[in-house]
Amino acid sequence: MNETVLQIEDLKTYFYTEEGEIPAVNGVTVALARGKVLALVGESGCGKSVTSYSILRLIRKPGKIVGGKILFYPKDGEPVDIAALDESSDQLYKVRGGHISMIFQEPMTALSPVHTVNNQISEAILLHQNVTPQQARETAIEMLRKVGIPGAERRIDQYPHEMSGGMRQRVVIAMALVCNPEILIADEPTTALDVTIQAQILKLIKDLQTERGTSVLFITHDLGVVAQIADDVAVMYLGRVVEKAPVRHVLKAPLHPYTMSLLQSLPSVAQRGERLPAIKGSVPSLTKIPPGCPFHPRCPHAVLSRCDVGNPPALRTFAGGGQAACIRVEEIHPGVKEINATLPGD
Amino acid sequence: MTTDAPLLQVRNLCKHFPIMSKGFARKRIGSVKAVDEVSFDLRRGETLGLVGESGSGKTTCARTILRALAPTSGQALFHDDGQTIDLATLSDSDLKPLRQKMQMIFQDPFSSLNPRMTVGDIVAEPLVIHKLASGKELEERVVEMLVKVGLKPEHRQRYPHAFSGGQRQRIGIARALIMRPALVVADEAVSALDVSVQAQVINLLADLQDEFNLTYIFVAHDLSVVQHICDRVAVMYAGKIVELAATEELFENPRHPYTQTLLSAMPNIDPDVKMDFGVGGEVADAGKLPPGCSFHPRCSHRFAPCDNIVPWLEPLPDTDCHAACHLYIPEEKRDNALAHAK
Repeated sequence: MNETVLQIEDLKTYFYTEEGEIPAVNGVTVALARGKVLALVGESGCGKSVTSYSILRLIRKPGKIVGGKILFYPKDGEPVDIAALDESSDQLYKVRGGHISMIFQEPMTALSPVHTVNNQISEAILLHQNVTPQQARETAIEMLRKVGIPGAERRIDQYPHEMSGGMRQRVVIAMALVCNPEILIADEPTTALDVTIQAQILKLIKDLQTERGTSVLFITHDLGVVAQIADDVAVMYLGRVVEKAPVRHVLKAPLHPYTMSLLQSLPSVAQRGERLPAIKGSVPSLTKIPPGCPFHPRCPHAVLSRCDVGNPPALRTFAGGGQAACIRVEEIHPGVKEINATLPGD
Repeated sequence: MTTDAPLLQVRNLCKHFPIMSKGFARKRIGSVKAVDEVSFDLRRGETLGLVGESGSGKTTCARTILRALAPTSGQALFHDDGQTIDLATLSDSDLKPLRQKMQMIFQDPFSSLNPRMTVGDIVAEPLVIHKLASGKELEERVVEMLVKVGLKPEHRQRYPHAFSGGQRQRIGIARALIMRPALVVADEAVSALDVSVQAQVINLLADLQDEFNLTYIFVAHDLSVVQHICDRVAVMYAGKIVELAATEELFENPRHPYTQTLLSAMPNIDPDVKMDFGVGGEVADAGKLPPGCSFHPRCSHRFAPCDNIVPWLEPLPDTDCHAACHLYIPEEKRDNALAHAK
């Protein structure tokens, strides 16, 4: 078994709005293995970003973590339940940005437009390490070089608006990595970028993972990117994990009908010029989650009075190691068998 | 469906934006060649993909053709009802009736719909502006169009905020198609949508194309979408078309080194087919283009003429493929061009 660096157990993050209680993350259990890349995949509103924000305790009112554990196992030191930490405790500040850091989706909004690159990177260093501003500047330059910014000595005194989108995203990555975190959370880090720049950024993240042994939680909706970068995948739908398995299982032999439909509807998978087998309807609002299996109204395999009643199906483990939350897995995939023994720690 | 008579012939179309000096006496000190010497034929009933990275000029090119932007030079010959009209030089008043024939679908379904107008008013507006229908007839045409794009007649009274991204994109499509246009420019029309909804909208665009015999210019950066729906693809780099070919040809046998780079950087859905992580460089700045071929600083195939002579779109023998690369331009033609330039 892989050593686990982050274990999320039954995480529940709800938002309390005028429309009522919104269960954005509703009982998510996932484990990130040390030195590996775990991809959280899903369409908008599935709760993948809220999960990542919860890990760093960045959820603000009207949102709240209402249940579950976020266990972080540092390389040296005692395990910490991030979900239980006090919001203004020193321990949380140490974890956030020090041990676990994050790359945000929009490099333009993640950077301050009125501070130079040096200001922004040095801030993180000075906050977490006992160094002089001059030393922090040197560390920052070195980091910029590492993420492939040419002319780092010159670039460090520039403002974000003087840089291209790809450069800005590199600055954001440099900022996230400067404290040498054990876990890097990347929230759609390449969605706003062109394919060639995306390739460069993905390479950077992959290199970090192999050279420094950084564990990566990669959040994306792009299954192509998942295929290229992830070791393990968790597919989310309406605040729940519906399938999780090693990347080849999920993409080549998906168990859950949602994952299957999602893959089939990709233009790159379908036959050119033919109709795409689209999933009917759209993702329902989190205020109106269908009873039973939340996917049943859109599912081509749903069976009346079995899939649309009771509690949402729980994740079950199948021979081969994949897990899926669907009561009909064995019926849809003849030959696939459930393993009854639950794996410890997962 | 595709017949050989072109609907549109674009010839040497340019859109240059001035770069002004700073200070009191603002002088023109250069230009951003956002679209530079673009030529292609658009065949009736086809879907032509216009692809490239941000800043490549694909959107500016589409907008210049539709005269949302005034071209700097060049022609855009629109053939309709036996007439040929040059869109590039038409006066604004002569252009207005032609706008019915050319419509646009936008990328962002949130900002492209007026939040203060009901869906019925949004879809009816083009007919009202062009005084094509009123009263009961207007109502009927709006309902008919909404149903065609998969919405319900009762959605007329609602406002855009009540709809999901995919439904809003359907509203935008209804607004574009209610004029019964011949040419539709879809500018990143499915980029902002979730995978499952994107597939629905792609299917809808294909169905409507069959039903109304539409010709699409499909501007996109997502190559897998382009591969799925386009008949031909034009790849743009720094304001120029660098390769133009039938879709299958382009994806199976890309000729231009830039097209090869783009395709190799596409993340494949199969974990065992590794994408090329080694692509280098950034898109050329259209304000400070390198001499010769704009792509040469990033190109691994560059040789003597590349930083010297600007390559042109050369038809390749025995194919429907055009590439603007010195690898495919015969030496004597290059020498001629050089002698001509001197």
